[in-house]
Amino acid sequence: MKRLQLSDHLVLIGGVIFMVAPVMIAIMTSTHDAITIYKSGLQFLPGGQMLENYETVLFRAGGFTKEVNGLVMMKNSLILGLGFAIGKIVISMLAAYAIVYFRFPMATLCFWVIFCTLLLPLEVRILPSYEIVQSLGMTNTYSGLIVPLIASATGTFFFRQFFMSVPDELLEAARIDGAGPWKFFFDILVPLSKTMIAAIFIIMFVYGWNQYLWPTLITTDEALFTLVRGIKQIMQVWVGAQIPALNEAMALAILAMLPPVIVVVIFQSWFIKGLVESDK
Amino acid sequence: MATITLDQVRKVYGGVVEAVKGVSVDIADGEFIVLVGPSGCGKSTLLRMIAGLEDITTGEIKIGDRVVNNVDPADRDIAMVFQNYALYPHMSVYNNLAYGLKNRGMAKDEIDRRVKEAARILEIGDYLDRKPRALSGGQRQRVAMGRAIVREPAAFLFDEPLSNLDAKLRVQMRVEIKRLQRSLGTTSVYVTHDQLEAMTLADRLIVLNGGNIEQIGAPIDVYDKPASTFVAGFIGSPAMNLLPVKAVDGGLGLETGSGLSVPNLHGQDKCLLGVRPEHLEVVDQLPNGPHAQVTVNVLEPVGAESYLYASFENGGPEIVIRVSSHAVHKPGEKLFLGIKPENLHFFESQSGKRIGD
Ligand SMILES: Nc1ncnc2c1ncn2[C@@H]1O[C@H](COP(=O)(O)OP(=O)(O)OP(=O)(O)O)[C@@H](O)[C@H]1O
Ligand SMILES: [Mg+2]
Repeated sequence: MKRLQLSDHLVLIGGVIFMVAPVMIAIMTSTHDAITIYKSGLQFLPGGQMLENYETVLFRAGGFTKEVNGLVMMKNSLILGLGFAIGKIVISMLAAYAIVYFRFPMATLCFWVIFCTLLLPLEVRILPSYEIVQSLGMTNTYSGLIVPLIASATGTFFFRQFFMSVPDELLEAARIDGAGPWKFFFDILVPLSKTMIAAIFIIMFVYGWNQYLWPTLITTDEALFTLVRGIKQIMQVWVGAQIPALNEAMALAILAMLPPVIVVVIFQSWFIKGLVESDK
Repeated sequence: MATITLDQVRKVYGGVVEAVKGVSVDIADGEFIVLVGPSGCGKSTLLRMIAGLEDITTGEIKIGDRVVNNVDPADRDIAMVFQNYALYPHMSVYNNLAYGLKNRGMAKDEIDRRVKEAARILEIGDYLDRKPRALSGGQRQRVAMGRAIVREPAAFLFDEPLSNLDAKLRVQMRVEIKRLQRSLGTTSVYVTHDQLEAMTLADRLIVLNGGNIEQIGAPIDVYDKPASTFVAGFIGSPAMNLLPVKAVDGGLGLETGSGLSVPNLHGQDKCLLGVRPEHLEVVDQLPNGPHAQVTVNVLEPVGAESYLYASFENGGPEIVIRVSSHAVHKPGEKLFLGIKPENLHFFESQSGKRIGD
């Protein structure tokens, strides 16, 4: 029994190291200066440059136009991630609500059509999407960045399944209690969906935050750059002399990881709480 | 408080399934009506049509003097208690009770007064801040009742509200529902498939079968004079013995087998004879009046009484006899049974309709 436990722990520790080591190396490396990294590669121990590096990436304006710094990019990423996640949740909840609770012609067909778009990820339809955004003059705007992405077959599907598991009697009790369609939605369905919303929010926020291809296409204005793009930009543009600013790239990468981590930590506790105190 | 009038109410699901086939009944103000019948007979459908949760295919439903066919459930002035209670899981007990009142735009202090009053009547005052998940089944049941009471509706509609409770609690709540309905005097329609619940609660029973009314009447009348073999078999436990009989010398005898002799009161060639287990009396000698001669197969004691399963000679159906729990009988024992003529029921063999009154 004892030995079995020991080996269990070894496996777990191995897993932890495997997952955490790259992040640790990135953090350690981000605390050195560019020359050290250039000469002797990735660093495993803390260096003395931490504050300077992080200050530089956060506050020093970079790029061609010298008007974007890490903080601005973080703001842009946040707007994209939040807009993306909230937009997707709102749209897919409403779509699922319509599909599950309203009898309209070809409701099932509608659902399956929506469902089929799951097979068409953004990358497949990126050119037509770009065409439309461009012809609407929405390039280089936040709405151009967010709106074309918020339709969500995944979200609609999950909310549909969830709504279908809500007992009919709840709707009937609400009808007798004088709740119309909107009241039922806001007073009953939305609170019941809390954990569902939290789960989808986690996934969608991280997904939106990590978008790379779409923002690259839609935004040419550096003031709208997101963090994920910024990391790449550092490598190309912020090269002080002949040496790439690897330390700053690492620092930015660490910063770019923080908000998704925070979101996951916050919403996960919600999410688990919801799962444990199963409602309905 | 109001009367409820159903006039030739029909429900057809999807153009094919006729769940309710033309039901007409006048429910008096303050009356406690129980709809009873086997699973799938259309009880819930009928109740849900009264509630407005289901469209009425044809016919007319009136609550008070108002035709409500096209009135929203919320505007029908009814309250409903569901089998699974359908409490709002994310709201406290207080808000569960208050929700319907808030939606009606009632003043806050009036809501508060009514919720407190209902909580006092139902003794749920201690749980007002709890969520439904933190309540036992019985407490949830009370909250569901509370949600109906605070509305002070013209009618209560119950759809098998006790069937999720354990046997003991069920009896307790049954008594309580009856007491509550008496004191509030609210017209009530109560759906159940439990004939005991039906008998004990109802002012009048409506026995439904396959979407049709088989019989309407006070529980004791339905018990004493079942209108058909269906009702006879459904009301009363154990069920009434139904024996196919034919005319023989001097009365009626079993169609197959021997050992039964009853007078042919209605001059039938062939019919079904009904007699309840409690009306078969074990006697020492073969009596002069209606009687039977049987052999005991099984003795089934249930505490207060015992049931004997016995069969006739030369085949014939098995019958059930109720005896006192202290009576000693063994399988294989031969018994003489006496029957009072007034306890005999006769039904047409084909239609199952009652013959005579
Ligand atoms: N939405 C529906 N579509 C089609 N048929 C239905 C629908 N709802 C009920 N039915 C049918 O109508 C009949 C009556 O159903 P109902 O629910 O009223 O039965 P019930 O008497 O309440 O039975 P139980 O005691 O099992 O609750 C059943 O045969 C059922 O299959
Ligand atoms: Mg039912």
